[in-house]
Amino acid sequence: MNWEIEIVLFVCLLIAAFVSLYVKNLLTAVITLSVFSFFTALIYVAMGAIDVGFTEAVVGAGVTGVLLIITIYRTSRRSSD
Amino acid sequence: MERKKDNPIVSLVSRTVSPFIMLFALYVIFHGHYSPGGGFQGGTMLAAAFILIRLSLGMEISQLQFKSRWATPLGSAGVLIYFGTGLVALLFGGNFLDYGFIPIAEAVAERRSIGILCIEIGVAIAVMAIIVSIYDDLLEGSSDD
Repeated sequence: MNWEIEIVLFVCLLIAAFVSLYVKNLLTAVITLSVFSFFTALIYVAMGAIDVGFTEAVVGAGVTGVLLIITIYRTSRRSSD
Repeated sequence: MERKKDNPIVSLVSRTVSPFIMLFALYVIFHGHYSPGGGFQGGTMLAAAFILIRLSLGMEISQLQFKSRWATPLGSAGVLIYFGTGLVALLFGGNFLDYGFIPIAEAVAERRSIGILCIEIGVAIAVMAIIVSIYDDLLEGSSDD
C-alpha cells in the first residue's frame, strides 16, 4: 500500500523539479520550488520521518518561498538565459 | 513589499489566520519532547506568523507588533537561555547540558523534562528573531516601505 503512494509522490516531485528548472518566469519557478519542497515533506512523512517532514514543510514550503519572492522583487522577474 | 492598494480580503484573512499560527507554534514548542516538532520548527512557525503580517499589512503597521530593532537582542537572549541552561547544569556538578543536575525539581525525570523545555524555548526565541531579522534586512531600503 505504501509504495504506490511513494511512487505517485516521486512522480509529482520530478514534475515540480523540472517545471521549476525550465520555466522562464522566476515567480513561477519559486512557487514550483515550494511545491517541490512540500512533496519532499510528504515523502518524508510517508517514509516515517515525521519530524524531518515537519521541518521541511515549515522551512522549505513556508519561509524559503517568502525570502525568494522578496529577492525577486528586489531584482528582476524574468530569467535572462 | 510593493503594494498597489490595500486589499481588504488579504488583510482580513492574514490578520485572522496569524494568531492561530502563533497558537499552533506555541503548541509545537511546548510539546516538543513528546510529539514531533520542537524549538526549531515552532520558532520558524512563529516567525512565519510575523512575516505574514509584515507581508500583507506593510512595514509601518507591523512595527507595532514586532519592532525591527528587537530582533538582534531577542536572538542573543535565546542563545543565552540555551547556554545558561547548560551552564547551570555545569555549575551544579554535572556535564554541560546534563539536565539531571539542574536543581528545579525533586525527580530526575522531571528535571530532564523541564531542562529540555528551557532549551527549546531558547532555540525558538533565537530562530524566530533571526528569521524576522533576515526578512527585515532583505527589505531594508526599498522605496515603498
